[in-house]
Amino acid sequence: MSTTLPAHLPAHEGEHRDPLGAKMGMWLFLLTELILFGGAFLLYAAYRARFAADFHYASTLLNPLIGGVNTLVLLTSSLTMVLSIAALERGLRRPAVLFLGATIGLGLTFLVVKACEWSGKIGHGLFPGSTELVERTAGENIFFGLYYGMTGLHALHVVIGLGLLIWMFALIARRPRVRVTLPAPAGESVRLATAGGRALWSDAVGAEAAAIEVSVVYERHDELLAGNLPRLDNTGLYWHLVDIIWIFLFPLLYLIT
Amino acid sequence: MAEQAAKAHGPVSYGRYVMVWLSLLILTAATVTAAGLAFGRWSILAAILIAAVKGTLVLFYFMHLKYESAILKLFMTVALLTLAIIMILTFADLSFR
Amino acid sequence: MAGAMGGAVPVDAGFFQTQGKRTGLLAWILSTDHKRIGILYLVSMLAFFAVGVALGLLMRLELIAPGRTIVAAGTYNALFTVHGVIMIFLIVIPGVPAVLGNFFLPIHIGARDVAFPKLNLLSWYCFVGGALLAVASLFTGGGAPDTGWTFYVPYSVRTSTNVTLAVFAAFILGFSSILTGLNFVTTTHRLRAKGMGWFRMPLFVWSLYATAWIQLLATPVLAITLILVMLERMFNLGLFDPGRGGDPLLYQHLFWIYSHPAVYIMILPAMGVVSEIIPTFARKKIFGYKAIAFSSLAIAFLGYLVWGHHMFTSGISDSSRIIFSLLTFLVAVPSGVKVFNWVATLYKGSIRVEPPLLFIFTFIFLFSIGGLTGLMQGSLAIDVHIHDTAFIVGHFHYVMFGGTIFGLLAGLLYWFPKMFGRMYNRKTIQIAWAFLFVGFNVLYFPMLVLGWQGMPRRYYDYLPQFHGLHTLSTVGSWILVAGLVIFVVHLIRATRRGEPAGMNPWGGTTLEWTIPSPPPQVNFVTLPEVTAGPYEHGGDEGRGGRRGPGEHHDRGGPEGARA
Repeated sequence: MSTTLPAHLPAHEGEHRDPLGAKMGMWLFLLTELILFGGAFLLYAAYRARFAADFHYASTLLNPLIGGVNTLVLLTSSLTMVLSIAALERGLRRPAVLFLGATIGLGLTFLVVKACEWSGKIGHGLFPGSTELVERTAGENIFFGLYYGMTGLHALHVVIGLGLLIWMFALIARRPRVRVTLPAPAGESVRLATAGGRALWSDAVGAEAAAIEVSVVYERHDELLAGNLPRLDNTGLYWHLVDIIWIFLFPLLYLIT
Repeated sequence: MAEQAAKAHGPVSYGRYVMVWLSLLILTAATVTAAGLAFGRWSILAAILIAAVKGTLVLFYFMHLKYESAILKLFMTVALLTLAIIMILTFADLSFR
Repeated sequence: MAGAMGGAVPVDAGFFQTQGKRTGLLAWILSTDHKRIGILYLVSMLAFFAVGVALGLLMRLELIAPGRTIVAAGTYNALFTVHGVIMIFLIVIPGVPAVLGNFFLPIHIGARDVAFPKLNLLSWYCFVGGALLAVASLFTGGGAPDTGWTFYVPYSVRTSTNVTLAVFAAFILGFSSILTGLNFVTTTHRLRAKGMGWFRMPLFVWSLYATAWIQLLATPVLAITLILVMLERMFNLGLFDPGRGGDPLLYQHLFWIYSHPAVYIMILPAMGVVSEIIPTFARKKIFGYKAIAFSSLAIAFLGYLVWGHHMFTSGISDSSRIIFSLLTFLVAVPSGVKVFNWVATLYKGSIRVEPPLLFIFTFIFLFSIGGLTGLMQGSLAIDVHIHDTAFIVGHFHYVMFGGTIFGLLAGLLYWFPKMFGRMYNRKTIQIAWAFLFVGFNVLYFPMLVLGWQGMPRRYYDYLPQFHGLHTLSTVGSWILVAGLVIFVVHLIRATRRGEPAGMNPWGGTTLEWTIPSPPPQVNFVTLPEVTAGPYEHGGDEGRGGRRGPGEHHDRGGPEGARA
């Protein structure tokens, strides 16, 4: 018998594809993240109203240069993210992968900077419940509680975002491939040939063969690549939200001096 | 459908994204500068306003909300409205104790 | 009790039949079929409901006499805490949406499944995971949490009991709720059948849609609150520590900003069930479809504006107390609209008091008592006296149990033949109903009186003058539980031995009654095309004015918005 390799194989056979539905689901999830951090910002607003002077003073203990650098890092990572998506939209796999890699790198940079910042603060004895902190005013205690709580929660989301980015990297870094699995006709000889009759491969298939797998690897395959687009899009949405939260955190924590 | 309309315009150009990014950098510089100047009570307002503009730029251009269908914009509005209500009513307590 | 059941007459298994490669238990717990997930929720919820009921019975046993009866004060605190956590987070909040919503939302809109079937299954995993953690908190660490289900600071941060685990369990359960809400909103927007415009959807779908929005927008506030409690306990963050400038009232604000809208998560779907059952058993179109639909949205919205009424005696400002009291009275209006429209539907209808309708009448009666007592509490001057008394306990059991649970029971009775292909015995259910109704009121009405007289809530001891009513209440709990046992045992047996029910035993007009009982895995062999509203009676039995699958009605232009 002869089987013609299909030109395209759907990535998931028969699955209902609805990019707008998937996007809607992601936006709804992002709204919940917005409200999550909104609750934290509410707490910030309430305490700031009460301890305005203490917050001003405590903010001077933070280094706006570090905060500013992290802001630039995240903003740039958002840029590389959308550039990666734009490249994928145009079917350009290599630039898409490079930009995505840059996004991951910048995200990691953010975390490293944050870790240094935290260890610096902890080294100076400024951490929740430390004797150094408890001796200060109530407002300063609250400020640092909010600082660690909110930047910590944000950093957790950066980690989650990085996980998503790395997963997407693994998906689009591989060259796109179409794979067919056929049942092996035991004891027969099998021949793979082009439609034009040019022989590519043949072998006698023994009784032990369970299946025959044919994989075609493409340098460029716009349709397969585009299949990853909704996922990359949604990953990007998550990453941008992480960026937006930092956009608000930065001035409220570092710049209220 | 809106997504097809967006496709009809073609994917957003690289250049536009870079422009947005530059605007974001400028605004960041602005907010750092504004913090240095002693506006007093208004500095927090300036900071929040600039952050809101930056957030809106990311939302509209990087997250594409400007080009998305109306329903997603409605969803975002509902969420922001909810946040606003929660904050306002909480401060109805806090401001008058 | 066994009389008039059909024995083991076989019924076509529909979606119960194992398809695909997996068999047995795996075929269920790995299934993304919304109908199987609904059943999974039903079975797991039943198990946890039993635990919650047992805790409630123990509480009532302790309260049968003053002083220590069977447990010490600390244990009593743990009993009411875990009873509350289980009943609220595992039963009443997921309740109708997770079981009946999962099962029927796609069918009601003519779809094959929800928008994200895998997320749906994840939702159930989170439910079971969180539930197991919550039950585990009874036995691990420093012992069962004793803070009340409200976990108020500063005690919840300082107590050595297992608050962190219980709070983490609630966090996971909240995630389950968010995923369900996300799924339902997207499903409603994206998967409606051809011709199923927004105003041709069954009202159950409207109620689930409004509920889903509350799940999405309120639950994250609970999430951040619980996260902060965990951070306080684990890392001494100090945000709620009065000694370091923290404000315990801010915790209460954050907590109730979620937990008040949560009660609308509990009641809106149950009201949706009412809106389905009444037209069927009055054989009449629902009165004021749009009013009911919009009132669901109105309740969802207004529900965000009233949380402060849980804090009238906590020390919030007078101005905010007045504002919250006024807003609380407003939120009763859309509920009133619904009750009025339901009664108007019954008026001049051809009424058959089958078990579902019997339970609906009970719902309306019990929920009205609960709602009216709620209005009393909303009045500032009254609340100062009855806050934190047994009156409140009576109130919320009337609305949550008398309302939501009875709504769930009514929905189960209505949709049982569709879900399982078999009918139960009406007489047995009527007997169960009698026990339930009498037991419920004997259990909870005395609480309203006791609270009015000054009996505090969450107290295991009390003054001798309260003894009589407490004993009466405890006896009521036994009668109620007897009713629950009769109800549950009978329905479980009916899943195997009930008479085959056929496609439309009640004469319903919504889409689920046009497919076999139980439904096949794909729901509809051919996706339906809808040409009329959901409650059109007359014409073909069970089809109303609608064309069924396979009949095409040629109209120019696309039907139904796809936004």
